[in-house]
Amino acid sequence: MTISRRQFVSSVAGAGIASVAAPNLVFAQNSGPIRIGLLAAKTGPLASGGIDMELALTMFLKERDNTLAGRKVELIVADTAGVPATARTKAQELIEKNNVHCMIGPLAAFEALAIADYLTEKEIPTLGVAAAEDMTQRHPSPWFVRLTSTSAQCTYPFAEYCAKELKYKKIVTIADDFAYGHEMCAGFQRAFEDNGGKIVQKIFTPLATPDYGSYVAQVKNADAIFLGTAGSNGFRFLRQFIEYGLKDKMTVIGGMTALDESVLRNMGDEALGILTTSWYSAEIDNPLNKAFAPAFRKQFKYDPGYYAGSTYLAGEVLEAALKTTNANAEDKKALMTAIRGNNVDTIRGVVKFDEFGNVIGDVYIRKVTRSDGRLVNAVIKTYPDVSQFWTYDKTAFLKNPVYSRDYPPAKNLEQ
Amino acid sequence: MKWIAAALLAVLLVGLPFFAGDFYVNLASQILIAAIFALSLNLLVGYGGMTSLGHASYLGVAAYISALMTSRYGWGHGPAALLSILGTTAMAALFGLIALRATGLGFLMITLALSQVLWGLAYRMSDVTNGDNGIAGLTRPMPFGFSIDSAASFYWFALIVAWFAFMMMTVFVSSSFGSSLKGVRDQPRRMAALGFNPWMIRWITFIYAGFWGGISGLLYVYYNKYIHPTSLSTTSSAEALLGVIAGGSGTPGGPVVGAALVLLLKNYVSAYLERWNMLLGLVFLFIVLVMPNGIVPGLSRLLRRGSR
Amino acid sequence: MQFWIIQGLNSLSLGGLLFLLSSGFSLIFGLMRLANLTHGAFFMLGTYFGATAMRAYGGLNIWVTALGAGIAVAAIGGLFERLVLTRLKTNPLGQVLVTLGMSFIISDACLMLWGGDSIPVPTPQNLQAPTRVLGFVFPTYRLVLVGCAIGAAIALYFLLERTRLGAMIRAGVDDRQMARAVGIPVSNLFTIVFCLGAGIAGAGGVLGGPILSAYPGLDGDMLPLALIVVILGGIGSLLGAFVGSFIIGFIYTFGTALFPELAYIILFLPMIVVIAFRPQGLFGRVGA
Repeated sequence: MTISRRQFVSSVAGAGIASVAAPNLVFAQNSGPIRIGLLAAKTGPLASGGIDMELALTMFLKERDNTLAGRKVELIVADTAGVPATARTKAQELIEKNNVHCMIGPLAAFEALAIADYLTEKEIPTLGVAAAEDMTQRHPSPWFVRLTSTSAQCTYPFAEYCAKELKYKKIVTIADDFAYGHEMCAGFQRAFEDNGGKIVQKIFTPLATPDYGSYVAQVKNADAIFLGTAGSNGFRFLRQFIEYGLKDKMTVIGGMTALDESVLRNMGDEALGILTTSWYSAEIDNPLNKAFAPAFRKQFKYDPGYYAGSTYLAGEVLEAALKTTNANAEDKKALMTAIRGNNVDTIRGVVKFDEFGNVIGDVYIRKVTRSDGRLVNAVIKTYPDVSQFWTYDKTAFLKNPVYSRDYPPAKNLEQ
Repeated sequence: MKWIAAALLAVLLVGLPFFAGDFYVNLASQILIAAIFALSLNLLVGYGGMTSLGHASYLGVAAYISALMTSRYGWGHGPAALLSILGTTAMAALFGLIALRATGLGFLMITLALSQVLWGLAYRMSDVTNGDNGIAGLTRPMPFGFSIDSAASFYWFALIVAWFAFMMMTVFVSSSFGSSLKGVRDQPRRMAALGFNPWMIRWITFIYAGFWGGISGLLYVYYNKYIHPTSLSTTSSAEALLGVIAGGSGTPGGPVVGAALVLLLKNYVSAYLERWNMLLGLVFLFIVLVMPNGIVPGLSRLLRRGSR
Repeated sequence: MQFWIIQGLNSLSLGGLLFLLSSGFSLIFGLMRLANLTHGAFFMLGTYFGATAMRAYGGLNIWVTALGAGIAVAAIGGLFERLVLTRLKTNPLGQVLVTLGMSFIISDACLMLWGGDSIPVPTPQNLQAPTRVLGFVFPTYRLVLVGCAIGAAIALYFLLERTRLGAMIRAGVDDRQMARAVGIPVSNLFTIVFCLGAGIAGAGGVLGGPILSAYPGLDGDMLPLALIVVILGGIGSLLGAFVGSFIIGFIYTFGTALFPELAYIILFLPMIVVIAFRPQGLFGRVGA
């Protein structure tokens, strides 16, 4: 050690006092930059998604020379560590210390729920990524929009596809034992059974499951197994599934985060042919995505997936809204109205928002294929303008309780 | 000299909201909550010689009871807080009966296991606890009719509670009971030979520590207006334990300093440094190598040397 | 019938994995009375090393990789022990702080180096085909893992019971002061045992890789399991770690299959019961 204890102690004390006493700067209106806060989980178990979120958004801004609608933009990224209390502190930091005009993120449902009331109180337009159903159903906030999908939104068309076109009769679902997994499987179950299918088993694996062996061994016989998993759990489960010889007996299908591009790049031929459903694929064929995906791949050496797509999309929607308000970010009400009111051309197609702030957009059925020597989620069918309520009556939908582990009740489970 | 320093500190603490913005005041509130939590843990670790890795149980359970009673059953904050503290203290008594059957690593493991059981229940019993969505939309109480919704008003409320907690816990450890506790920590057999009941002394301390852990849990849920199973996690307990050890267990001020250190690194430094986790680990290594008994003992040694 | 056999085999393979994880922890705690909270991170580091090495050099043998990773992690552990832990012989709280701090450093370093995605360790080619057991299939590699655990147990047994080094270690476990008094270099022994424990964890990480994959948070998922096994089996007892691993393997596998509602609790309740009624664990020679 070359610094003495005394020097260390006094410098730390000095830094501490200096930062607390720093005066609250008042930013000049309209002539300063637009400040955007990004809440991303860059450490902790959700780190993979959070890192992608930051990369895509910084790329978006850099492409536009950090200028949206003619005004300079400043991005401040906060690491929530995937912990709700930290997410709240970081939201406070972005809003009170950095004076952001609007926020993008957060990633996880519990992070979003932890800050929802705070965002509403502070009236900060937020473009959310988290999939929690109720945030745009029974407890919506006028200051929150969600651009990606509710947990179940993408499963409805896919369930119909499985029943009607693939003619599956019996399906097993497996997902992580938390709200996201419950909601996704509930939505899939509802639509699949409405179309004549039966969900014969629902498995929920505890959050910290290093070894999926005992769950694989519980899987009953069915036409297919639906992976409602998030992160890399789907992949880890799939490996065990194959090793137990079950892939020859049952088809594997998945939800929007089961075989995300970020997981696919670590997989091999075992993934070929697996169908999943999502609101995005790096292979979507529209001019905006055809520019974005290769650029992302060139810079970061892998395809953009759910998380990278979400923040790039947020940038696109925000830019369109700022163009509508003439780069005025101070009038938050106007900005929010513009965000919710616009129909925007984006990398996932045209998006618009329903009255609860949830996106209405295209949902893609994807199949894992090999292209240019790497695995991709090729789009095989597009369902346009899917809303969070699918074909169900909105009022009746909202009268029901929110999707959970036991709702809708699974009536066809085999013992 | 000491009086001037204490008076200055008091002025700084009370006057904080007048010269710092809301963000820093909120940060200070969080430090106060973490400090009470750490001080309660220190009763066990520093003065009782019982290293617990499950102290978050008390914070979490108190928070959950308050949240459930007010949001789901429509109770007022007063009765909810009372039930919360009573329930948490009773739970501490029960846990103490189980945990005190072991010492050292066994004790650590039991406290860890008990908190993990609670954590698992919080996730699993989602019809009651809302599982990993947590319970949102909570409100803050209005003690004596004052609102504590603003950053400054909550801060002053927390400051009063923290001061009170600090006083009560200091009185506890400097009383004759506290001396017998330290005696049991250092020489349990001798104490038993002298006619003390080491088990009873430990158990009472355990309950008292659980009580103050519960108080910090109430403040926690009032501050965040949200509760989630992560507050019951081992990480939550471990951070408090690390804070206590780093700050200096067995000293009254050590846990406060340690809790502040961990909180600031997590919430403040993390804005400037992406690898703040690594920094936290390095800081711990550094503290142990340079000030083996913690920051506060290390600093007071420095000051003593300096004043010679 | 099939259910019981398959889950039984699953229990064995999980038990084998747990032994590879916890034998090192048990050794270290037995001799040094140090609860090495960095142990999960050592294991994870081994998994990451293994995953990277085997992806970079496609034809690399998993056994060689495990050995290499074990040596690398042992080296890191040795440095840590020599530079930091030796100064904390009489400071158990300091040990907690430092081992946890080290685990933060290692896990953040892994996140920095390998990013947030989960990286698989490929199953060895010649073991990929499943084994047919009584009409159904079971992954061959998992059976081999049980063999590894047994092999490691035998190797450790020979080391501890039949070599001079082992005798010195056992003496140190039983009575540190007396061992010093008869001239056993206990400090050097500490370093050796710490390296050995860390090395086994690192190698275990590679061997467990095909089942677990390397992912951020693996250390936090594995460390409690190691603690549970050692507490249940008894500190300072290799037999305890061995038996404890398989007991936990069975409880976890059958418990989560038969009582999914108790998934989180299933591991901790038996441990609480054991500590409450037999604090030294099943085979422990030393009190915790």
